[in-house]
Amino acid sequence: MAKILMKGNEAIGEGAVRAGCRYFFGYPITPQSELPHYLAKRMPEVGGTYLQSESETAAANMVFGAAGAGARVMTSSSGPGISLMQEGISYIAGAELPCVIVNMIRGGPGLGNIAPAQSDYFQAVKGGGHGDYRLICLAPASVQEIIDLMQDAFDLADKYRNPVMLLADGVLGQMMEPVELGEEKEITVPDRPWAATGRKKGGPKRLINSLYIVPEECEKHNLKLGEKYAIIAREEQRWEEYRLDDAKMVVVAFGTCARICKAAVDSARAEGMAVGLIRPITVWPFPNDVFAGVKETANNFLVVEMNMGQMIEDVRLAVSDARPVHFYGRVGGMLPVARDVLNEIRKLYDGGAAK
Amino acid sequence: MKTVFTRPESLTDMPMHYCPGCTHGIVHRLVAEIIDEMDVYERALGVAPVGCSVFIYNYMDIDMYQAAHGRAPAVATGIKRVLPDRLVFTYQGDGDAAAIGTGELVHAAARGEKITVIFINNAVYAMTGGQMAPTTLLGQKTTTTPFGRDAAANGMPVKVCEMLAPLDGSAYLARVAVNNPKNVLAAKKAIRKAFDVQMSGAGFTMVEVLSACPTNWGLSPLEALKWLEEKMIPYYPLGEYKTPATEVQP
Repeated sequence: MAKILMKGNEAIGEGAVRAGCRYFFGYPITPQSELPHYLAKRMPEVGGTYLQSESETAAANMVFGAAGAGARVMTSSSGPGISLMQEGISYIAGAELPCVIVNMIRGGPGLGNIAPAQSDYFQAVKGGGHGDYRLICLAPASVQEIIDLMQDAFDLADKYRNPVMLLADGVLGQMMEPVELGEEKEITVPDRPWAATGRKKGGPKRLINSLYIVPEECEKHNLKLGEKYAIIAREEQRWEEYRLDDAKMVVVAFGTCARICKAAVDSARAEGMAVGLIRPITVWPFPNDVFAGVKETANNFLVVEMNMGQMIEDVRLAVSDARPVHFYGRVGGMLPVARDVLNEIRKLYDGGAAK
Repeated sequence: MKTVFTRPESLTDMPMHYCPGCTHGIVHRLVAEIIDEMDVYERALGVAPVGCSVFIYNYMDIDMYQAAHGRAPAVATGIKRVLPDRLVFTYQGDGDAAAIGTGELVHAAARGEKITVIFINNAVYAMTGGQMAPTTLLGQKTTTTPFGRDAAANGMPVKVCEMLAPLDGSAYLARVAVNNPKNVLAAKKAIRKAFDVQMSGAGFTMVEVLSACPTNWGLSPLEALKWLEEKMIPYYPLGEYKTPATEVQP
């Protein structure tokens, strides 16, 4: 099948439609605008609903209602809007509703700017809203990967009755790349016997709820969620390994940053340095499994992020601080360039290799 | 033996947790009776608020949702867009609907969202301990207006029906009270009409119910009903504030 050119934001929209998503609720914010633009046109073509909400707060709660009613549903925003959605996301997680939330991360904190960043990593993988809960977080690095991951995002949401967040940035959202859409598949959305669609007389009462007023019951609910998160953490880790086989130094980066780092790894290899890359595709669950082996063979790690150092905490946990874990980052909407990453590698490689 | 009075099928037999003299129970029953009479038990979906009436989801026998504070109209929007042939209602207090959830309420009305908001106005935040609500009357003493609500310091009470009436998306708006049998019957009629208008697809519907909170008003149940009649109704006049251009047949 022929490849077509698509922006990342549009690919999210098309990928969602192809995954059977028929409801989108959202509020305008840069740099994800091409996504609502795309879906405002595309949803009516497939009998779906595009609704512009009065706020991100409302959008997240519309998602709560639509998901509770049994729909495949998505919302999208960027940093400041995602902050407003945290209330709804916490309720969605508490009520165990499947949905997909897109965060096209921009520079922060506060209004920050509209340039690409990865500074919402903590917010996405450590909670964000109130209470003990987890989001499954997918971090694509190309427009093609967005297309491929959207189906997985909705399937994972359904499989675990859990919100899934797609974490990307303005580069990925607005960059055009050739993509192969593949055949349009007949989508069978799994049965949702728990959805509150109207109680049959004599049938079970369905309640979409996150309130457990009795502490014993709320504890039980949290433990049940914890068991689910433990299964996800065990079963759903995804990552890409790049030139990792004999690597003495391992660069760790996700999303846009990982693409830049690949170029730096190639240059380092050309200079005779045994450098490889781990690119987490799920940032929660964090791909701890790949580090188990690598931490025995690599001398040190370099984490490169478009933030002040957030994922580095998970890398340090993954290698149990058995090896030095260094950091290089650009912030505020600035991108690292491959040459600077290469310079970091040169600085750190000798020290690490000498030991 | 002939049955002359029974529990509506749409109401569970769970004992309600409300204080003596609270009128939530009356309004719950009215909603349940109407669902029975319209024969929409299998198509009715309710959204509970945050506040005293959060446990309405235990009292209604139908499928229910529990929304974040003030967000019930947004949740109901999501439900109704997915299931357009269902009867979708929210049940919200005045803190929920007229303070933290004003945005969601106003925009659900502006969009003409085909839902019904049952809006309980008892002039106070009840569950959290009787604080001032947006609907608290001038001079009314609450735990956060210990000297009485003062216009300069606390602003004026919000009249929600009047606020929503100019919006083209709102199809039916009425204010009722549940302080005596006559008014309870009128309240039932209004809620029935709101549900009928919703199902006709005409637009957004809301019934504001002036309700008593003896506990937080510091009055006996009987005194509370009297206070509602003498203080609340003059400031919040009863009646229909918006009706569809064409009469809706039940």
